[in-house]
Amino acid sequence: MMRRFFQSDFFYAFTRSPLAMVSLFVVALMVLSAVFANFIAPTNPFDPASLNLMNGFTPPMEANMFTGEKFLLGTDDQGRDLFSAILYGLRVSLFVGMMAVGLAMVLGVLLGLIAGYVGGWLDTLIMRLADIQMTFPSILIAMLIFGVARGLLPPELREEMAITVLILSIGLSEWVNFARTVRGSTMVEKEKEYVAAARLIGLNRWQIMLRHILPNVLGPVLVIATITLALAIIAEATLSFLGVGAPRTEPSLGTLIRIGQDFLFSGEWWILLFPALTLLALALSVNLFGDWLRDTLNPRLR
Amino acid sequence: MTAKTLLELKNIEVSFKTRHGVLKAVDDLSLTVQEGEILGIVGESGAGKSMTGAAIIGLIDPPGRLSAGEIWFGDERVDEQPERLRGREISMIFQDPLTSLNPLRTVGDQLVETILAHMPVSKEEAEQRALDGLAEVGIDPERINAYPHAFSGGMRQRVVIALALATEPKLVIADEPTTALDVSVQAQVLDLLKRLCRERGTPVILITHDMGVIAQSSDPIAVMYAGRLTEIGGTREVLTNPQHPYTQGLMASTPSVDAKSFGKALFQIPGAMPKLDALPPGCAFNPRCQHAHERCRQERPSVQAGRAACWLLETEQEGAA
Amino acid sequence: MLLIILRRLGQSIFVLFLVAFISFMIFRYVGNPVDNLLGQEATTERREALIESLGLNDPLHEQYFGFVIRALQFDFGVSYRTGEPVAEMILHRLPATIELALVSAVFAIFLGVVAGVYTAINRRGFIANTILSTSLIGVSLPTFLIGVLLIWVFAVELKWLPSFGRGTSVDLGFWSTGFLTVSGLKSLILPGIMLGLYQMTLIMRLTRAEMLEVLRQDYIKFAKARGLSDRTVYFGHALKNTLVPVITIAGLQLGSIVAFAIITETVFQWPGVGLMFINAVYFVDIPVMSAYLLLVGTLFVLINLIVDLLYLLIDPRLRDGQLRGAGG
Repeated sequence: MMRRFFQSDFFYAFTRSPLAMVSLFVVALMVLSAVFANFIAPTNPFDPASLNLMNGFTPPMEANMFTGEKFLLGTDDQGRDLFSAILYGLRVSLFVGMMAVGLAMVLGVLLGLIAGYVGGWLDTLIMRLADIQMTFPSILIAMLIFGVARGLLPPELREEMAITVLILSIGLSEWVNFARTVRGSTMVEKEKEYVAAARLIGLNRWQIMLRHILPNVLGPVLVIATITLALAIIAEATLSFLGVGAPRTEPSLGTLIRIGQDFLFSGEWWILLFPALTLLALALSVNLFGDWLRDTLNPRLR
Repeated sequence: MTAKTLLELKNIEVSFKTRHGVLKAVDDLSLTVQEGEILGIVGESGAGKSMTGAAIIGLIDPPGRLSAGEIWFGDERVDEQPERLRGREISMIFQDPLTSLNPLRTVGDQLVETILAHMPVSKEEAEQRALDGLAEVGIDPERINAYPHAFSGGMRQRVVIALALATEPKLVIADEPTTALDVSVQAQVLDLLKRLCRERGTPVILITHDMGVIAQSSDPIAVMYAGRLTEIGGTREVLTNPQHPYTQGLMASTPSVDAKSFGKALFQIPGAMPKLDALPPGCAFNPRCQHAHERCRQERPSVQAGRAACWLLETEQEGAA
Repeated sequence: MLLIILRRLGQSIFVLFLVAFISFMIFRYVGNPVDNLLGQEATTERREALIESLGLNDPLHEQYFGFVIRALQFDFGVSYRTGEPVAEMILHRLPATIELALVSAVFAIFLGVVAGVYTAINRRGFIANTILSTSLIGVSLPTFLIGVLLIWVFAVELKWLPSFGRGTSVDLGFWSTGFLTVSGLKSLILPGIMLGLYQMTLIMRLTRAEMLEVLRQDYIKFAKARGLSDRTVYFGHALKNTLVPVITIAGLQLGSIVAFAIITETVFQWPGVGLMFINAVYFVDIPVMSAYLLLVGTLFVLINLIVDLLYLLIDPRLRDGQLRGAGG
C-alpha cells in the first residue's frame, strides 16, 4: 500500500511542488522541536529557581553585562532564555492547536454523520445550529466561550484551567465545517447499496455510521483539518495575545508576543521579533500546505 | 454542379502536453466543407470531434493547442487569427443550453449584445433584429425580456440557435446540440437547425456521437476514431456500405427494430477505443480489427480512394486495377 | 416572493430571541451578581434586599422577559468592574469603533475587488503572482501580528504615525468623531489598515476565485464563441456574475470586522467597544459581556437578513425559489 502511495498522482504532484515539500518540512520540524523541547532547550525557562533576574534584557548573542552569560536569542525582562521560551511556547501553541482541531473534528464528524444519516428533525436541528453559529466569526465565539467558562470557574482555578478552556473554546468554534461536509457526503453514501446491504444484515445505526460510512466520507476531512489547524493556531495566538488565552506562566507564542510588544518602545526588539517569526513560519507553513492540499485534492480544478 | 469549398482543414493537429508526454487529440486531419451541406462528424466520446470544432473557431482550452496544419476559410488562411471570424462568419453552439446562457441577463440582452458586436446597426435596429430572430426560431417575441431559466431545455436551445444565426454567419458548428435535450425535443431542434441553414444556404458542421442524429440530419458524414479520420463520404453510401472496419462494426452494432433482427444477439466491437496515451502503432483500430494484417500494425493508413483510412482499400484498389 | 421575505423575517426574529436568551443566561447565571455588586462580606439582609430588588427570585421566564424589555429600552445593567451603566459605556465608545470599521471597510472593498479582478484576468502575469503570494501571507499572518509590525515600522522606527489611541476627537452632539482633526485622521490610518487588511485579502481571493470559476462557465465560452470582445466578456458577463456571491460574502464579513475590531482596538488601545469587551472578558465583567453579545448578535442577524434580501434582488433565479443556501 505504501508503494501505491508513492506511485500515486498525489505523491507525484507533491514532489513536483517545492512549496508543498518545504511547508510540510517546516511543519514537521516545528512539531519535532516542540515534542522534544525538553531535550533541545538549553534551559527550562519556567522553573523559577533557574532564573536570574540579572540576566534580563540581554540582547541575542551578546554577553550579559552582569553575569557574562550568552543567550542565542537573548532574554526577556525576567532573564528567561528566549530560545527555550520559544520552544516551550511552540509546544503550547501546537498542543492547543492540535487538540482543538481534534475536538472540532470529532464533534463535527459525529454530528455530520448523525445529521446526514438519521436525517429528520435531528438533521434540521444540527444544521440550524450550524447556520446560527456560522453567522458569527469563530474567534468571537471562542472569546465568548472562554469568557463564560472563566466566569463559571472559581477564581483560583482560572489560571490553571486556562489551557483546557482555550482548547474547548477554539474546538467548539470550529466544528461546523466538518459537520457540513461530512453530512453532505453521508447523505450521498446513505443511498448506496453497501449501506442497504448492511441494513439488511441487521447492523444497527451506529455500526453502519461508524464502520461503513465513516471511512468513505473521511476524504475531504483531511483538507479541512489542515486548514482548521492553521485557523486554530492563529486563534490561540490571538486569544493569548489579547490576554485571554495562555497565561504568562505557561505561555504560548501569542503570549510571548504580547510580552514583546510592551518592550518595543524601549528597544528590546528581540523579545518581540523571534516569537513573532516563529509564529509566522508556523502559520504560513500550515496554511500553505493546507492550500496546496485543497487545490490538489479538488477534482474540479484538475 | 461544383459546390464551392467554404472551409478546408489541412492536416490539422491538436495536441497538449501532459506528464505522459504529448498527446494528440486530433491527428493529421483533413476535411472540407462545401457550401450548403451539413457535414456530420461522428465518433465516440474522446474521438476528437469536439476538439476539431474548437480548433476551427480557435477556442481550444489550454494546455491544448493547434500544433500543426492549416485552416482555410474561403481564400484566406485563418488558423493564426481565429478571433476575426469568431461569432461573425463562423458561429458555434454547444451542448448544454442551460449553461450556455448567462443566467443573470435576459435573453434579449444577450441577443442584442451579439448583434451589436458584429453588425453596424443602431440599438433599435438590433432590438428589432433580436425580436425577428426569436420569431424565426419559433419563440414568442414577447418573451424577449425573460431570463434563461424561464425557458424549457428545447426552447433554450432555440434561443442559442437564434444567437448563433443572429450575425448571419457563413458556417455554423454545432457541438452535440441535442445531447442534453429530451428525445422528443431533439427532432424539433434538429429540424429547426436544418431548415434555417437550408434557407440561408449556410453549411453546418454537426458534431455528435449519436448515429441516429447523424443519419437523419447530415450529408456527408465523417467518422473519427482516436483523433483520426477513419471514413468520410456521402451519408447513404457510408451507412449502407461502410468501407472501414470500424464503421462496419458501428453499423453492425446499431440495434434495429425489424423482424429480421429479432432473436439475434447484439453485435459489439470487441475491446474499446484506446486512450490517447496508449495508442497502438500503425492504425489505431488494428487491435480490434478482424481484418488487420502486418502493415496495419506498422504503418498508419492514409485516406484511400478519398473514402476510408484503411490499408484494405488499397489492396482492393490494386487488385481491381 | 412575499412569502419568502416573511419566512426569512420570522427566522431572524427567532434567532434574535435565541441570542437574547443566551445573553440572559450568561447575565443571570455566570458568576454571582450579588457577590459582585456587594462584595463577599455583605450582610445577609443586604443580600436579601438586593436579590429582591433585582428580581432574582422570580420565575425564569419572568426574569427573561424582564431582561428583554429592559434591553429594548437600552438598560443593560451596571458594570461589575466600574459601576457605570453599561448602556452609557457602550454609547460612549461606539463612535470610535464605527469610524474605524468604516475606514477599514472602504479600504478593503475597493482594493480587494480591484486586485481580485486583476489577478483573475491576468492569471500568469508577474504582478498578479506577486500580489497573490503577498496575499497568502496576509491571510496566514495573524492579524494582531500585522498590527504589531505596523506599529513597529511606522510608529517606533519611522515615527510617522501614532502607536496608540485615537488622537484628538471632536464632539458633535453625542457622537465624537476623529475625522475632523489631523491627529484623529493620522490615528485612523494604522488601525484602519490593520483591520482592513485581512478583509482585503479575503475579498481579493474571493473575487479572484469567483471570477476564475465564472470564466470557466459555458456561457463565457459561448460568449467568446459569439465573438464578443474581451472587454464585453469580462465586464459585461463575468463581472456581474462574480460580484453577486462576492457581495453577499463580503456583506457577511461585516460581521467579522466587528470581531477583528476587538483585536485591532487591543493592539492600538483604541477606545472602542471591542476593547471594552476584551477587558470585560479578562475581568469577568458579566453585564458588559452579556450586553456586548446581545448587541453584536443583533447586528449579525440584521446583516444576514439584509444580505439575504439583497441577494433576492440581484439574482432573478431566486425569486421563484428559495434563498441562498440555508433553508431546507
